[in-house]
Amino acid sequence: MPEIKDLVKGLADTHGRTRESLIPILQGVITHENYISDEAMTEIARELDISAAQVYGTATFYSFLDTQPRGKYVIRVCKTITCAMKGKNLIIQELEDLLKVKLGETTPNRKFSLLETNCLGWCHKGPAMLINDEAYTELTPEKVREIINEYIKK
Amino acid sequence: MSYTQLKRVDLIFDTEATTKDILQTAWSKTNEQIVNELLESGLKGRGGAGFPTAMKWKFTSEQAEKERYVICNADEGEPGTFKDREILFKVPQKVFGGMAVCAKVIGATQGFVYLRGEYRFLLKELQKQLDDFHAILKALSINFNITIIMGSGAYICGEESALFESMEGKRGEPRNKPPYPTIAGFRSKPTVINNVETLVYAFMITKHGAKKFKDLGTADSRGSKVFSISGDTPKAGIYELELGMTVDQFVEEFGDGDTKAVQVGGASGFCVPRKKFKDTIIGFEGVPTGGSMMLFNSSRSMYNVLHNYLEFFEEESCGQCTPCRVGCQQLIKGIEAVKKGEKHAVYLDQLMKLSQTMKITAKCGLGQSVANSFSSIVDNFKEEMIY
Amino acid sequence: MAKNINIKIDGITVSVPEGTTILEAARQLNIQIPTLCYHEDLCIAGNCRVCVVELKGARTLPASCAMPVSEGMDVLTNTLKVRTARKHIIELLLSEHNAQCTTCYKNGKCELQDLASEYKISNGETFIDLVPSKNYQIDSYSPSIIKDDSKCIRCQRCVRTCEELQHVSALGVAYKGDKMKISTFFENPMFEVVCTNCGQCVNRCPTGALIERNYIDQVWDAIYDENTHVVVQTAPAVRVALGEDLGIETGEIVTGKMVTALKRLGFNSVLDTDFTADLTIIEEGNELLTRLKRALVDKDPSVRLPMATSCSPGWIKFIEHTYPEYLDNLSTCKSPQQMFGALAKTYYAQKRKIDPAKIISVSIMPCTAKKFEADRPEMRSSGYKDVDFVLTTRELAVMIKQAGLDFGKLPESDFDSIMGQSTGAAVIFGATGGVMEAALRTAYEVVTGREVPFDDLNITPVRGMDGVREAAVTISGTKPEWSFLEGATLKTVVAHGLVNAKKVMDSVRDGKADYHFIEIMACPGGCLGGGGQPVPTNKEIREKRAKAIYQEDAGKPIRKSHENPEIIGIYAEFLKEPLGHKSHELLHTHYKARQRY
Ligand SMILES: Cc1cc2nc3c(=O)[nH]c(=O)nc-3n(C[C@H](O)[C@H](O)[C@H](O)COP(=O)(O)O)c2cc1C
Ligand code: SF4
Ligand code: FES
Repeated sequence: MPEIKDLVKGLADTHGRTRESLIPILQGVITHENYISDEAMTEIARELDISAAQVYGTATFYSFLDTQPRGKYVIRVCKTITCAMKGKNLIIQELEDLLKVKLGETTPNRKFSLLETNCLGWCHKGPAMLINDEAYTELTPEKVREIINEYIKK
Repeated sequence: MSYTQLKRVDLIFDTEATTKDILQTAWSKTNEQIVNELLESGLKGRGGAGFPTAMKWKFTSEQAEKERYVICNADEGEPGTFKDREILFKVPQKVFGGMAVCAKVIGATQGFVYLRGEYRFLLKELQKQLDDFHAILKALSINFNITIIMGSGAYICGEESALFESMEGKRGEPRNKPPYPTIAGFRSKPTVINNVETLVYAFMITKHGAKKFKDLGTADSRGSKVFSISGDTPKAGIYELELGMTVDQFVEEFGDGDTKAVQVGGASGFCVPRKKFKDTIIGFEGVPTGGSMMLFNSSRSMYNVLHNYLEFFEEESCGQCTPCRVGCQQLIKGIEAVKKGEKHAVYLDQLMKLSQTMKITAKCGLGQSVANSFSSIVDNFKEEMIY
Repeated sequence: MAKNINIKIDGITVSVPEGTTILEAARQLNIQIPTLCYHEDLCIAGNCRVCVVELKGARTLPASCAMPVSEGMDVLTNTLKVRTARKHIIELLLSEHNAQCTTCYKNGKCELQDLASEYKISNGETFIDLVPSKNYQIDSYSPSIIKDDSKCIRCQRCVRTCEELQHVSALGVAYKGDKMKISTFFENPMFEVVCTNCGQCVNRCPTGALIERNYIDQVWDAIYDENTHVVVQTAPAVRVALGEDLGIETGEIVTGKMVTALKRLGFNSVLDTDFTADLTIIEEGNELLTRLKRALVDKDPSVRLPMATSCSPGWIKFIEHTYPEYLDNLSTCKSPQQMFGALAKTYYAQKRKIDPAKIISVSIMPCTAKKFEADRPEMRSSGYKDVDFVLTTRELAVMIKQAGLDFGKLPESDFDSIMGQSTGAAVIFGATGGVMEAALRTAYEVVTGREVPFDDLNITPVRGMDGVREAAVTISGTKPEWSFLEGATLKTVVAHGLVNAKKVMDSVRDGKADYHFIEIMACPGGCLGGGGQPVPTNKEIREKRAKAIYQEDAGKPIRKSHENPEIIGIYAEFLKEPLGHKSHELLHTHYKARQRY
C-alpha cells in the first residue's frame, strides 16, 4: 500500500515523529481515509519508532479514531439523554430506512456509516448528529431526509 | 413568572472592552495584584471541581521548574453541557486573553486549548481568531503562544490528567494524584489547567477588579455562571445567571410547569426531585454544577434516565480501575435485573453500597461521581426502578 | 539526602524517607495490605484499587501503593470502610473473571484466588456474573505462552513488563470502558507479533491470564512409553530456584535433590545442560578469537564485531525483529539447550548405542522462550527434532508434586554420564554476566596460557544487577600464535532485560561504543530471573538466586570450561576440534530477519 505509506510519511513530516505526534497523525489518517487500517497503524508505528500494539491501543481508545472501515460520510447520532428524549430513535429509524443499513453498519458503496455517539454538546437543540465534522441539530425525519439527499448528491 | 428572582449577568459575553484593552490593563498590574484580585473575587473553577483559581495559579508560579504551561480545558463532554462551545464561538479572544493573563502570572510562554473532537467545526474560525489574537500579543510585545489540540472523542479526556496523557499522544487514562498538575502536569511540568469559562471570568476580573464579581452570588459560590439548560423546558439554551438560586427558583423560570426532577451537573451530578426543589441551592453549598441543568417532566421515566447515564459511564470510563470499569457494568446489569424482576428490589441496596464504594475508591472523578446520579435517582425514584 | 516523614499507620508511628508510599511504610511495620496491580519491578499503576486504606480527613480511600506519605498522615488499614471497599473490589473483579478455579492451570497459585479466599467471598453475595456476556478469547497458538482473556483482571502488569523491562510492547491496552482489554496489535495471536516469548509477563501475571504452554502430560507419556529412551537436561538456573516451588528457602541450591527427583520421575538418563554450557564456551570463545584474528590480522571486512552471545532465545527473537541488520554479529553458536539436543541424538546415541529415533529429549529450563526455540526449523540438525519437549522450572515442580515426592527429604545424587559433567563456568551461565565471565576465563587462558588476572577467577566487574555493565580486560603476555593481541584491551559489555539490550544495541548502532564482545540475556537477572522460574520474582529473590549460583561456582572443583574432562573427551572422540566440521553441522546456526511490524 504505497499510498498509505506516503500519507503517513507526509503526516509525520507535518506533525513530527515523537509520541506527541501520534494522535494528530491518526486524526490525519481519518481525514483522508475515514478509518485507520492495520497497514496505516503499522506505518505509523514504524515512523514513530513505537510498537504497533501501542498505536492500536491508543487508536482504539478514542471513538473518533475508527479502526474499522467506514464510509466517506460518518454519521454519528447523539444518544445521550436529552437527545434521546427528543426523538433520537426516530432519527435513527429514518436513517436506517434511508441508507438501508443498520446502526453500526456502512453502506455497500462505502459512502455512509451510521453510528451512535455520546453527548455532542447540542442538548438544547436535540436531536443532534454529526456528519463527519458538521453538526446538524433540531432534527426531524423530514430534515434528515433533506440532509441525506444533499449528501447523496455530493 | 418571576423573572426578577434570577439575575441575568453579562460578564462572559459582553464585548464592551477590546481584548487589547483588557490585556493592557492586565499588563499594568503586578502578578501579585492579579492573584490577589482573583483571590478576593472568590472565583472557583467552572469545570466541575471548583478549586479556587487564584490558588492554582499561585501554586504553579511558585514551582522550582521554570518550564510551565497553561491549558484551556475545552473538552466539554459532560452530558447536558454546551456552554463552552458557545463561549468559544462568541468570545474566543476572551478565552485566549484569560490564558495570556495566566501565562503572565505563572511565567509560561506556551499555552494549549484542548478542544473536543465533537467541536471540530469550530476549529477554522477559532484558528483565525487565534491568529488575530497572536497579532495583538505581538503588538503588545507579549511573548506567549497558543496551540489548539484536537480531541478525538473520549469524555474522560476532560479529566485533567487524562487530558495531559492524551496531549502526550497516549490513551487518556487518568494518572495517580499526587502529584497534582500544579507540580507535574503536561510533560510532567507545572501546569495550570482551567475550564474555558473560568479563564474568561479570570480575564474579566482582571479588567473590572474583584468587586463586580464578588458582589454577586453567595459566600460559598461567588459570582455568576453560564448555565446550559436542556430537557423538558420551553427555554432551552445558554444563560449567564447569578449564583445562589434555589432549584425552585430555577424551575419557576425554566420549567414547563410539570417538572418532576432536575439533574444538576450532568450525568456526574445530582438529581433533585420536586420535593427538594425549595431547599436545594445550586452552587457549592448545595448541588454544584459545571453548568449542566437537565429538566425532566412527569412523562419521563427516571429509570430510563439513569440507564442512559450509566451506559454513558460504562462506555466512557477509561476502563483502567476496577471500581469504575466493573462497577458501572454491575450498576447497569443490576438495575436491569431489578426492573425485569430477576432480582429483588433489595438488590438496589447492595447496588447503592457498591456505588458508595465506587465513590471512595475509584481512581478519578469519573468513577467517583457515578454514585451522585445513581444514589440520588435511586433514592428519590425507587418506585420507578422496580419491576 | 531525602528528609524523613513521620506518619501513623494503625496507631503506630513510623518515620520513613520522603517519597515512600503508604504501602511501603506499612510493609516496614509488617502490616500487610493486599495488592494486585502493584509489582516491585514495575512502575506504579494504581488501577486495581484493592490496596485502598483510610486516610483520616480524606474524603476518599487512597490507593496505598500510589500514595506517597506526607507529614502527619494518619492511616488506617483495617477499618470497616476499608474492608467493605476491598471486598467489593474483589467481588467486582471476580464478576468479570472466569472463576473456574478447579480447572485452572494457576489453581493454588493465583493472587486473585488468594484474595477471594482471604476475604471469604461466597457465591451468593457476589454481583451478577458478567463472564457470559463477554466475548473472551483464548490465544493458544504460541508454543510458549497462552493468553486467556477470561482470566484477565486488567492490572496491566504484563503491559508494563513488556514495555518497561523488555521494550517490546507486544502487549498493550486497547479500547476503553467495559471493552478495555489487554491486546496485541490488532488482537493478532501472540505467535504472530513481536512477542519474544520471554515469559516475563507470565512471571508477573497475578492470575491465569498468561501462562506457559505446558507439556507435562506429553512428558509423562514419553516416560511411560517403554519404547522410548527419555533423556533430560537441566539448565543452570533451574537448580537455584526449583526449591522455591517445593517449600524450600529462596536461594538454596537443590542440584542433588533435583537429580534424584528426575530419576524417580522415571527419566532414563538425567543429564546436565551445564555440560553444553561448557561446550558453548569452547565454541564461542574460539569463535570470538577467530573473529578478532580475522578482523585484526587478516583485515577481513566481512567479519562482524562486536560479537554477541546467542544463548538467550528471547534475545534472539528480539534481535530478529528489532535489529535484523545485526544478526551477523550474533555468535553462530546454538544455545546450550540446542547443542545438547543435537548431541543427544547423535553423540550420546552413538556412545550409548541407542537408536536416536527412540530418544525423546526433554529439557528443564528457567525459560518459556526455550519452548519456541526448540520448535524452530533451525533446530533439527540431528535429523530429528533436537529437543522434543521443554518444561519450565515450574512445570518440573508440578511433576515432582504429582509424583508424590517429598522434595525436601530427597537424598542427593549425581548426574548420569555422559554429558552430565560440568564446571563452575557453566553454572554461572544462569546469572547475568555469567557467560561473559566463563568465556573470559577460557579465552584469556587460551591466549596467554595463564589464568585471568582476577582474584580466585571471580571477574567481579561483570557480576551484579546493574542493567548494563562494561568491563575491559587488557591482554599481556600472549602466546606466540596470539601475539597480535598483545597489549590489546578487550572491551566487553553485559546487559540483561531487553530494555537494556536496546540501550547497548543503540549505542553500537550509533557508533558510540566499540565493544568486542556483548553478552545479552533477555530476562532481568539473566536466566535465574527467567520467564519459566518460580513466581513471585523481584530484585531480592533474583539476588538470592544469583548468590547461590556464585556459591555453587566457588565450590566446584573445576571452574573453567576447557578443563571439563567430558568436554576434552567429546573433542577427542567426536567433535575433533572447536569450530570444526562436526561443530558446524551440529552446534552452529544462523537466524533470519523477522518483521518488526
Ligand atoms: C470525568 C471528568 C471529566 C471532566 N471534564 C471536564 C471538561 O470537559 N471540562 C472541564 O473544564 N473540566 C472537566 N473536568 C474537570 C477537570 O479535571 C479540571 O478539574 C478542570 O479542567 C479544572 O478547571 P477549573 O479549575 O477551571 O474548573 C472533568 C473532570 C472529570 C473527572
Ligand atoms: S474512575 Fe473510571 S475513568 Fe477514572 S481512572 Fe478509574 S476507570 Fe478510569
Ligand atoms: S495495588 Fe494499589 S491500586 Fe493496585
